[in-house]
Amino acid sequence: MLGFLLTVIRRDLLLAARRRGDWLTAQFFFVMVVSLFPLGIGPEPELLKRIAPGVVWVAATLASLLSLPRLFADDHRDGSLEQMLLSPEPAVLLALGKAVAHWLIYGIPLLIVAPVLGIQFALPAEAIGVLVLSLALGTPILSLLGAVGAALTLGLRGGGVLLTLLILPLYVPALIFGAGAVDAMLAGTGAEANLSLLGAFFVLSLIVAPWISAAALRVSME
Amino acid sequence: MSINWYKYSAPATFYGLAGRLVPWFGGAAASLTVIGLYLSFFVAPTDFQQGEAYRVIFIHVPAAWMSMFIYLVMAAWAAVGLAFNTRLSFMMARALAPTGAMFTFVALWTGAFWGKPMWGAWWVWDARLTSELILLFLYVGIMALWAAIDDPRRGDKAGALLALIGAINVPIIYFSVKWWNTLHQGSSIKPSGTSMDEVMLAGMVVMAIAAWFYTIAVVFVRVRRIILERERHTEWVKHVLEGA
Repeated sequence: MLGFLLTVIRRDLLLAARRRGDWLTAQFFFVMVVSLFPLGIGPEPELLKRIAPGVVWVAATLASLLSLPRLFADDHRDGSLEQMLLSPEPAVLLALGKAVAHWLIYGIPLLIVAPVLGIQFALPAEAIGVLVLSLALGTPILSLLGAVGAALTLGLRGGGVLLTLLILPLYVPALIFGAGAVDAMLAGTGAEANLSLLGAFFVLSLIVAPWISAAALRVSME
Repeated sequence: MSINWYKYSAPATFYGLAGRLVPWFGGAAASLTVIGLYLSFFVAPTDFQQGEAYRVIFIHVPAAWMSMFIYLVMAAWAAVGLAFNTRLSFMMARALAPTGAMFTFVALWTGAFWGKPMWGAWWVWDARLTSELILLFLYVGIMALWAAIDDPRRGDKAGALLALIGAINVPIIYFSVKWWNTLHQGSSIKPSGTSMDEVMLAGMVVMAIAAWFYTIAVVFVRVRRIILERERHTEWVKHVLEGA
């Protein structure tokens, strides 16, 4: 079972490595969206520091949504998804593996870029640390819940926009706890409470979301 | 005497039953609304803190209750449909969503009318307003998914799964938003008793029951349309339509 999971993850990583343009696009989207805010709002460091957690977190959710429609679509088009679902291995592991691969490809680079953006927004060092930590706990949630949306909208016309509509409301708790952790750090009350809640939400998503993604994949392939 | 409930899980028999029940629920909803509005606007005393503007709550609170309750009922029908693969359950879920979204919208709209004189703002980002807004987004998402999928069987199940994950998420969203910011006044109705005048409470309860009956009547009308649309190739529908 673990072997199947690792195979799914390795396969997606290999495909991503062969097509570097895809994930670079999502990263630059993330950086550009964040960089637009100072241009729109003004360069005062105090103001930027105040909005930085929210801006980075909203941009992270949008960047994850940008890449999600492709999560199952390519495999669906060439028929390999159907073969994987027909295999005796549980579909839950397939859904979980896909979400993990999505996080490794699109989530980890966000963590690497986020400190640079934090510096641009005049965040102090300890707040940048909390920002990276909150993204490390929160972006897996985005991948896990996003996989549900990607499976539900598989093969539909206008699937990308629809996916946004379905999944953004479900992202709200992650956004609140994630940005809240950095805010609390800046306010001096400590980020532990928000990070703990974010961790709890992550564990719940990890348990529930793959089952629903798997069921949604079966529904979409009928 | 035992009733054979399974008989009414078939769309064809439920179509007739719902048709017979609609006038009763509709009539009850109309008369209770009249009674409730009379109690709310003529009998209930003026609130000494909030003046006359508080009377918005007689519509606002039942609408807010219904918006959340309908979501749960919809998710429950979705779960029943996924578990037992009964077509009628999915049709009920589909019929409930527009009414739920309508009540959510009414709750937000009337809340704005209440907020302007009380807080001096049409909208504040407080916990309950925000979670109600997100509830509206959830309804819209589910209805958009249903609208995007042409195959009714796939649409039923996909929407049901989304309703389920939404139902798991609703309490989390509620508490996250609550801890995020709270400015809304506390609930007036608490399990340990209420801080309201009895007539005010009566008016609100009557309005809430009217909202229930209205929902049932409208959902039955809508589910009858869905049944006709889905079963249009069957003999009994041709029979019904020729008779009409």
